[in-house]
Order: sequence, then C-alpha cells, then structure tokens
Amino acid sequence: MGNKQTTFTEEQLEAYQDCTYFTRKEILSLHGRYRELAPHLVPLDYTNNPDIKVPMALIVTMPELKENPFRDRIVETFSEDGQGNMSFNDFVDMFSALCETAPRELKTIYAFKIYDFNRDNFICKEDLQKTLNKLTKGELTPEEVTLVCDKAIEEADLDADNKLSFSDFENMISKAPDFLSNFHVRI
Amino acid sequence: MAQNVNFDLSHPAVEAGLESPADENVVHDSFSQLIAEQSQNEGLSDAIELQHLQGNPDDDEGRDNVAYLSPSENRGWRIGSDEAAEEDNETQTDSLLKDRWSSATLKILSSMPSRTIGRSRGAIISQYYNRTTELRRRTQKRASIKDFSRSARPSIRGYGVEVDTTDSAEKKQERLVKNLQDLSAVDRMRMLKEMPLNLSEKKDLRRLTLEMTKRTRSSSNLPCCSYLKFQIILALRHSWYSCLSFLHSLQLWQMPLKRVGGRFGSGVLSYFLFLKTLLFFNVFLFLVLGSFLVFPQAVYLPELPESRTPFTGLELLTGGGYFSNTLLYYGYYSNHTLPNCPKNNSTRPECDSRSLSYNMPLAYFFTIGLSFFITCIILVYSMSKSFGQSFRIDKSNGMLAMKVFCSWDFKVIKRSSVKLLSENICTQLKELLGDTHHRLVRNTILDKLIKLLIHGLSWTLCLGATAGCVAGIYCFSDYMHKKQESSENDSEDPGLLNEASLLALPVLVSFINLMLPILFQLTAWMEKYNSPSLRTFVSLSRNLILKVSVLGVLCFHWLKRVAGSANDDKTFKCWESFVGQDLYRFLVIDFIFSLLDTLFGELLWRLFSDKVLKRNRRPGFDIAKNVLDLIYGQTLAWLGLLFTPLLPAVQILKLLLLFYIKMSSVMMNCQAPSRPYRVSQMTTIFITLLCFPSFLGSSVCVTYTMWRLPSSGSCGPFRGNKTMIQAGKQRIAELVDENRSLSFLADAHTYLVENPLFLFVGAAIFLIVIYFQSQVVDGQRKIIALLQEQIENEGEDKKFLITRLQSVHERKRTPARNLTSQDSGC
Repeated sequence: MGNKQTTFTEEQLEAYQDCTYFTRKEILSLHGRYRELAPHLVPLDYTNNPDIKVPMALIVTMPELKENPFRDRIVETFSEDGQGNMSFNDFVDMFSALCETAPRELKTIYAFKIYDFNRDNFICKEDLQKTLNKLTKGELTPEEVTLVCDKAIEEADLDADNKLSFSDFENMISKAPDFLSNFHVRI
Repeated sequence: MAQNVNFDLSHPAVEAGLESPADENVVHDSFSQLIAEQSQNEGLSDAIELQHLQGNPDDDEGRDNVAYLSPSENRGWRIGSDEAAEEDNETQTDSLLKDRWSSATLKILSSMPSRTIGRSRGAIISQYYNRTTELRRRTQKRASIKDFSRSARPSIRGYGVEVDTTDSAEKKQERLVKNLQDLSAVDRMRMLKEMPLNLSEKKDLRRLTLEMTKRTRSSSNLPCCSYLKFQIILALRHSWYSCLSFLHSLQLWQMPLKRVGGRFGSGVLSYFLFLKTLLFFNVFLFLVLGSFLVFPQAVYLPELPESRTPFTGLELLTGGGYFSNTLLYYGYYSNHTLPNCPKNNSTRPECDSRSLSYNMPLAYFFTIGLSFFITCIILVYSMSKSFGQSFRIDKSNGMLAMKVFCSWDFKVIKRSSVKLLSENICTQLKELLGDTHHRLVRNTILDKLIKLLIHGLSWTLCLGATAGCVAGIYCFSDYMHKKQESSENDSEDPGLLNEASLLALPVLVSFINLMLPILFQLTAWMEKYNSPSLRTFVSLSRNLILKVSVLGVLCFHWLKRVAGSANDDKTFKCWESFVGQDLYRFLVIDFIFSLLDTLFGELLWRLFSDKVLKRNRRPGFDIAKNVLDLIYGQTLAWLGLLFTPLLPAVQILKLLLLFYIKMSSVMMNCQAPSRPYRVSQMTTIFITLLCFPSFLGSSVCVTYTMWRLPSSGSCGPFRGNKTMIQAGKQRIAELVDENRSLSFLADAHTYLVENPLFLFVGAAIFLIVIYFQSQVVDGQRKIIALLQEQIENEGEDKKFLITRLQSVHERKRTPARNLTSQDSGC
C-alpha cells in the first residue's frame, strides 16, 4: 500500500499474513504495541529477526490483559519457553488465536491449554478448582467450590476417568454457543 | 472416529503381542513405538523419569525394571477367566482411582494418543498431515501414482491408505510440507492458520513449502497455460490482500466499540454491532438507489415549473413545504425515458442523438425490486449463519461446566466491570447449584393458582393497553385524515400551523412507543418468573406485539385510507408523495423521541439516583428495548423505500447520530449488566426479528402497493391510474416491441412467473427440502447419542487395560523385589 515502513520486509509481512488472521496494518500496529511494552528492549527494525523476548511481568500490564484473571496462564500458554517470556512471534500468535476470525477448533485447543494449570493435558479437579477461584475471586465458599467442581466433572467427563480430556472439553464447548464471542480479545 | 475395538481376551492379536489394534489407520506412532522400545530394552534397569506426575509419591517405584512390560509377559493377560475377571474388575477399578500406578504405566499413559493432542509437536504434525491428505483426497479426483512413496504396498497404491510408519520428526515434517505444497493456495493458508503450532514453526513450514514449490516449478516444465493460471492466482491473492487491508483500515468505530466492549461486555456491544449492521444495509440501499434513481434524475432535471414554497425550518421535521417537490419523494421522478425530448423540439442540449437514454419508470421498478431482493438474500444468509452458530442439537445437560469455562468474557477490561462480571458468574453458579438441590420444592396448588392469576392479569393488562392504544391511533389517524382532506378542499394556503399539525400523528405514535414499554416493565415487576431468560422473552414478545400492531394500523391507514382517497383533483393528488412525507416525519420524530428517552431514561435517572436516592447503582442499559427500537426504525425505512428513494440517506444520518449519542450516554450513565445475557441467542433472535416481521412485513406492503394500488395520475414514474405492475408490464411490452431480441424475456415472464403451476412446484420442492433437512438433524441427534455411548464404553475399556497392565506389572515386580531384597540381605 505504498507506505515506507522499515520494520519488516515484504516477505516477512506476507508470511505473517499467511500464518495469522491479521492483515498487514494490524501486524504493524501490533508491533507498535509490542514495542510500547519495552521500548528500550524491542528494536524498531525487525528485518533481521532479532531474538528478543519481553518478560511476562511487562506483558500482563497491557490494558487488554491487566484485569483478566487468566492473564498469567494466557501468556504462559502462548510463550515458546512456557515461562511467559514472549517473542514477537508469540505475541502475534496470541492475539491471532484470540481474535474474532479465529476458528472454533483453534480457540478450543488454546482454551484447553490455558485452563490446564499443571500442563498434564488433562483438566483435573485441581485445575478446575484453580479456574473457579480465579473466576469468582474467592466469593464462593470452599464447599461450594468443591461441589461445583464435582458436578462439572460429572457433567462433562464422558469416558469416566474423573478428569476432562481434550475430547471431553471439546464436546462441552461445542454445546456452548457463547464461547466464540466470549473467548475474544480485541486489540 | 471411535471404533469398537475388540477386547476378547483370546483374540489372536492380544496373544501375538501388544501391537496397535489392527484397524487403526490414524498415524499414532507414539504408542506402538513406545511398546516396541520397551520390548527391546530387556535387561535394562534405568530409572524412568516421569514427565507429568499427578503428585503421587513414587519413591519405591522409582527404579522399576522396564523389562517386565515386554510383550512376552502378556501371557499374564490370559490368567483371568471370565469370573475372576469380574471380581478383579471391581477392585482394580477402585485402584485406578487411587492413582497407585507405576512409573512405567504412567509413562505409557502420558504418551497415549488422546493425551498428546495439542501438546507435542510431533502429534500435531501427524494430525495435520492426515488432515491435509484427507483434503487432498477430497479435492483431487485421483492422486497420480508417482506421488506415492515406494514404501506403500503396491496393492494399496492408489487408495491412499496410510501405513503406520515410525518415521522421525523430520520425515513427518517433510511429508506434511509435501502435502501442503499440493494443496491449493487458499487451502494451504487455511491449514497453516488453523494449526495450533508456534508462529515461528508455522513460518518455517510455509518457507519450506514455498521453496519446494519453487523447486518443483523450476524443475518441471509447466505448460504455459498453468503457469499463466499460477500468475493470475498470485495476482488475485495480492489484490485480495490489499482489498482486505483497505477494508480493515476503514474500520468504522473500532476504538469506541473496543471501549464499550471493555467496559460493558459482549451484551451491550451486540447492540452497537447491530446498529453497525443496519448502517451497512442502509449504505448499500443508498448506493443502489442513489446511483440508479437519484443520480440520473438529478442530472436530467424535469421541466416542472411549479412554484416552490420558500424554505422554513419546519421542513426538516415535516418533510413537506420546500422539500415536497424534490428528489426526496416519488412525485418528482419523471415517467418518461430520460432525457425527455419531445419529438419536435430539440433545443435542449441533452437531446442529441448521441446522448444515452434512460427509461426511468422501468429503472424505478427494477431498482426497488432488486434492492429488496438483495437485502432479502443478505438477511436470510446472516440469519442462517447466526442460527447455525447458536443452535445446539443436544442441550440436555452440562450447564455448570459450560458456565465455568465459557462464561468469562475476555473482552472486559475495566476493573469495576470485571468485578461485576465475577459477581455475576458467582450468582449464576450459586443459582445452578441451588437448582440441583432444591428442585424438589413443590409449590402448593394455591401458589400455582395465584401465580397463574398474576400472569393472566398482567398479560390482560398489557394486551388491553396495546389494543386501546392501537384503537386510539386508528381513530386519531382517521380524524387527522378527514381534517387534512377538508383543509385541502378549502383550497386555502396551508399555513405553518397546518403543516405542524401533520406532526401530530407521529408524535402520538412515538409517545405510545415510549410509554407503553414502561408500563410493561412495571407489570413485569409484580410477576415472578422461574428463569431470567423467560422474563426476557416475555418482555420481548410484549414489546414486539405492540410495535407490530402499531405498524399494522399505520400501514392500513396509508395503504387503504390515504391511497383510497386519492383522486385527481386537489385532495391527495399525489398520495405516494404524501405517504413518503409521512414516513419521513415518522422517522425524524422517532429519532427525536429516542433522544428524549436517552435523556430522561438514562441521564436524568442517573442524576436522580445519585443525588436524591443516593444509591451507588446506575441504571442498566436495556438492550432488548433499544434493539427493538432500531428494528422499528428500520421497518419504517424499508416501508418508505418505494415512496421516498432518499430515505436511506435520512436513516444513515439518524443511525450515525444515534450511535454517538447512545455511546456517550452509555459510557456516562450506565453500568455493566448485572443479569446474565446470552449473546449468541439474543443476536440470533434480533436478526430473525429483523428478517421476519420487519423485512417481510415491509416487503409485503410494498408488493401490495405495486400490485393492487392504482398509482396517482399526475405525479411519479407510473402516472396513469394503473397499478405499478401493470404500468411496468406495459413499459416492458413497449421495450420488447422496439427490440425484437428481448422477446424471450417476455415469453419467459409469461410462462414462468405468471404461471401458478411453476410457483406451486417451486414451493413444494422448497418444503420437501426443509423436511429432508429436519430428518437429517434428527438422524444426527441419534448418532450423537450412539457416539456418546461408545465413548463411555471406550472409557471402560481403557480403565480395564490400565488396571490389567498395573496388576501384571506389580505381580512381576514383587518376586523380583523379593529376590533383590534376599540378595541384598545375604
């Protein structure tokens, strides 16, 4: 479109456009947001793919994530090292998966990873309890929390191993029409 | 893909060894590979490190001997006869839940296919390799034989059966890249975007695919036509990207919508998104009507020498006066072919033989029809898409789990709204818990009777109020009509007061639209509903009944009374323009009343509750009522399309102003909703309401006008006291007479459109298709139930296997431990 940006080469921008759900302009504005988080760390020129990672503590200060109870898990899930330090690729990946045009299956996979606190590829009772506590911020009594977790596992667990595997989770999410509109962050 | 795996204990496959089940054609090599590894590692006694332990103490099992899981040991499986197996099952199922597994079992379990989904890169690549193969198989009729690797058995070459090979990760990636390269560009991009891999890995895959494409292209001599095709596809893709970028840069209202979503969540955001959708509909209508009707007429001005009344400010409200003989209304449009050149007088500059001719009546007829048709298609498409997203076949249970996982709105940013949202979810969870506990509470007969009585009373009140107001509108419109007729018959100059009295009916209707919903809300307070969604539906239906009856009586007034009393002398000599003006007035007054409603309902109420009542709670934004108001306004706009071609422009202005006013009011005066709001369901309902009562009603009215009502004799494109359809047919007949080549159109029209048999057959086919689709949905429901049963069975099988594995392992380990302890003891 004839603008003289020097952040990315044309091939890089095309690669981003092909692999994410963003357009060129959005990718450039995402780079601006990424740079805002740590201007001394992130260079303006990304043409030679510098290996820069912004630590988690800075990323969760973004207004889109700051008040989200699952912000730590979201950042950890999308970071390559699993610790929450995100490179620009991870950053774009995160917002691309959470954007409006991402398909349901992709969002389901990432939602499962986010809610799986101990990363054993199952949502077990402890994971569910942690999720619930983050959602309600301690408003429910411990008995109620246990009750909700038991009932939720009872409802959603199909193969009766007392925890939710990915297929159980996917089956449950497919019954929830609001999932797509709720699991969406506007950037 | 659940398949019933046979677990007969004497099955030869089980005896032969722990191989993967014979009919597994999905590439899960992790399981078989692991077993193969362990069968080779006999005699090793390394400690196995667990990847993700479930927090169980594992010290004494840390130094397991893996050898005891070798296939030769599975003779132990045949230990149990059926009776012993039954007893064993009970205890072993219990032991399953106690998580007393050995590290080896846990390692196997953690590598099972169902547990590696989305976790390991190898599994994702395998999964997507299969998907791309499937896609290739579907899109290409027959893969050429040279594409198959030599390792495929010759007899299955050409069937695309994949062999369960134990390739390394690089090999798998290579095969995936090859598959990706063979897909079309669109499919390739879609696959790449959908893969749940890291972005850097996706970029690598893409780079490899492109390199491979370049290599194969340069190596083989492509015939020139496919090279050209390739270039064209590249150019198209490039232009598609730039088009998308341009559209995204237009991004109307991106920041305000983000702020509203961040503060109020998806519910209130859906109102503004609905407003944006309506705006796009109106922009489309404006462009179509503007370019085909308004623009040609504006270029070739008609030579009407009637005197124009001077401009007073009242025209903006009433639409009459200065505006009455302008492009705004039907009466201005000429009924000739433009430019209107009398045959003998050719002094007008446009009347050269070189100038283009434009048949205005036909254009009017077809433009209105086309715009309605395209709007219908867009509406039905978006309605079906929205319905498909929100309709769920099997909604029996699972509410609690759904609430836990799907109810957090990730869009909400503001801290106070986040707090409200978690309180909201908390309340919903408590309600759901309470439901399951107290479902046994029974109401006495007296309670039920009282409840029924209250419901009946409030419904009677609401319906009675509606009927009374509708009757009032009917009488008042009759009175105003007679007054109008008499004032025109008096043939005096219509003063400003007379013009202003035209506003009386719109003001009354808007007033009723404002006040009656408040009455409905008051009656709803005294009723008690079982669920909040029922309450929403009841209030929605009451408001809908009100609006539909008001619009119905207004349509009757316009189409029967006003059109019926038209005649060629003074009284209503151009009834279409009068109806157009009336609709303009209704639209403008509706807008003014929305402003007043925002002012009083939200701003003053907030000030009142802050200062006087000293409450901390601000009013909530009533989404349903506001959306219904939008739908009402849009119905008026659609009704007026035939009579006022520029009405979409007025509606666009109105929607733009409404957006900003509502946005600032909501940000200043309202708070996030405290009640749960099901966004998808409500959005589907609103789009359905927009399509069915609103659009359908207005298109029925317009069709009736074109078909039955005689157009006025002295104004508009269809002068001549015939119905518009008759006039249109006459024009077409004239056109066909002039160009013989178009006669097939006339024949097609006679044999297809006017033939009732054709319509009957079309409707019958449509109904049959709908019936078949509903049968398909029923069948799918049954299949879902069957599959769920199978998944449960598989779960039982898995438990059985795991406990058997564990028992075999323990049995083998105990003698060895005794041996080693004896050794160490000696």
